[in-house]
Amino acid sequence: MVGPKVEYIIPKTIEEACSLALKHKGEAKFFAGGTDLLVQIKHQEVLPKYIINIRGIPGYDYIIHNERDGLRIGAFATAQSIAVSPLIREKFNLLAQAAGKLGSLQIRQMATIAGNLCNAAPSAETATPLLVLGARAKIVGADGERTVPIEDFFTGVRRTVLKPDEILVELQVPDLPPHSGGVYLRQTVRKALDLAIVGVSTVVTMDGDVLNDVRIALAAIAPTPVRARGAEEILRGKKITGGLLQEAGQRAVGECTRADSIRASAEYRRTIIKVLVVRAIEQAVEQARAV
Amino acid sequence: MLGELIPVVLRVNGDDYEVGVKPVETLLDVLREKLGLTGTPMMCDEGECGSCTVLIDGKPVLSCMTLAVECEGKDILTIEGLADPATGELHPLQRTFVERSGMQCGICTPGMILTAKALIDGNPDPTEDDVREALAGNLCRCGNYPRIAECVLAAAELMKGG
Repeated sequence: MVGPKVEYIIPKTIEEACSLALKHKGEAKFFAGGTDLLVQIKHQEVLPKYIINIRGIPGYDYIIHNERDGLRIGAFATAQSIAVSPLIREKFNLLAQAAGKLGSLQIRQMATIAGNLCNAAPSAETATPLLVLGARAKIVGADGERTVPIEDFFTGVRRTVLKPDEILVELQVPDLPPHSGGVYLRQTVRKALDLAIVGVSTVVTMDGDVLNDVRIALAAIAPTPVRARGAEEILRGKKITGGLLQEAGQRAVGECTRADSIRASAEYRRTIIKVLVVRAIEQAVEQARAV
Repeated sequence: MLGELIPVVLRVNGDDYEVGVKPVETLLDVLREKLGLTGTPMMCDEGECGSCTVLIDGKPVLSCMTLAVECEGKDILTIEGLADPATGELHPLQRTFVERSGMQCGICTPGMILTAKALIDGNPDPTEDDVREALAGNLCRCGNYPRIAECVLAAAELMKGG
């Protein structure tokens, strides 16, 4: 492997990491699980002079829940720890489903949730569940901390609101109301070691047969993971029918801005969006009715 | 500091190795080029195939995606360390892979065996589905998956008996 001249720094605290990044602005990269960054370095897409390994900073790999704050996930919780967490499986199963689809077992044991989000791939597995769950990202920088809705976090392909000295340290996920259900579905060629052609997350809250609330988010179909608000509007407050679902699925297709790509033609991708949105809502409704 | 070698002690297969590593040097490169342990093959070198899987503290990880500098103080097991060091007796997984033709070209075999070892260590009585799920990150370009699954299940049986 090409060995660029790099200095490797292990800060002891998040604050120290932020001030190091500020000092070496534009020349430093934060390193956590490394499963995206090392590939980018090997392909010489990024050539940092400083690698700041933040994964060793203790105390940021928790998965905890309480009544007041809901779920809180530390930045360096691995995809695997999220996929198998009994707590997340019970209350936010769509997030566990998505994390369990990421890469392979080996990758999931290394990759962190913060890394998956900060790498900001359009297909990022954990992004759409967090979008429909209304999650917030706690960010620490050299100037202090701020909290940003995940909905505002992504700004483009591999781009986020993070400034060079800022670190995503925690994800905050509010509890769902009673009679809610949620699922994550994706279309891939292979079951493992593959990126989604389309990923769909939905959360619904039912009042009898009426969809009291519905949220839909799509991955791999636009520069960033996106909410399908038009489709949500069609369904919100309505009694669910097959025709209405088809109409919502069709509206969601309109969110797709991807042209033909190596993974799929635009036409195939658009067809799959409709299929998956309809299927995801049906499954989420079934879940909501069961609780 | 820039570009200098960082001294680390790596514990591989129970032996301590003192080596100097570059900041961006993978465990795979160090195993193969500096320690002469070439049983871990380099294939895709970008986390897509699972061939370079080793066990770190008992968990399967990709050595091509792991910085060597991060491995200090951890227990690294490669395919060379799997047989009994005193007697040379093969591990049950190695035996079943030999006896039941678990390998064809052999490139994926070290990764398959180590990933399977982690599975059986955590779940001594896996189903075929458990095996397929656990090995989903290990590609076999010969397409020998059915036999590989059979070897792993047979080894799990042997290990229960022993």
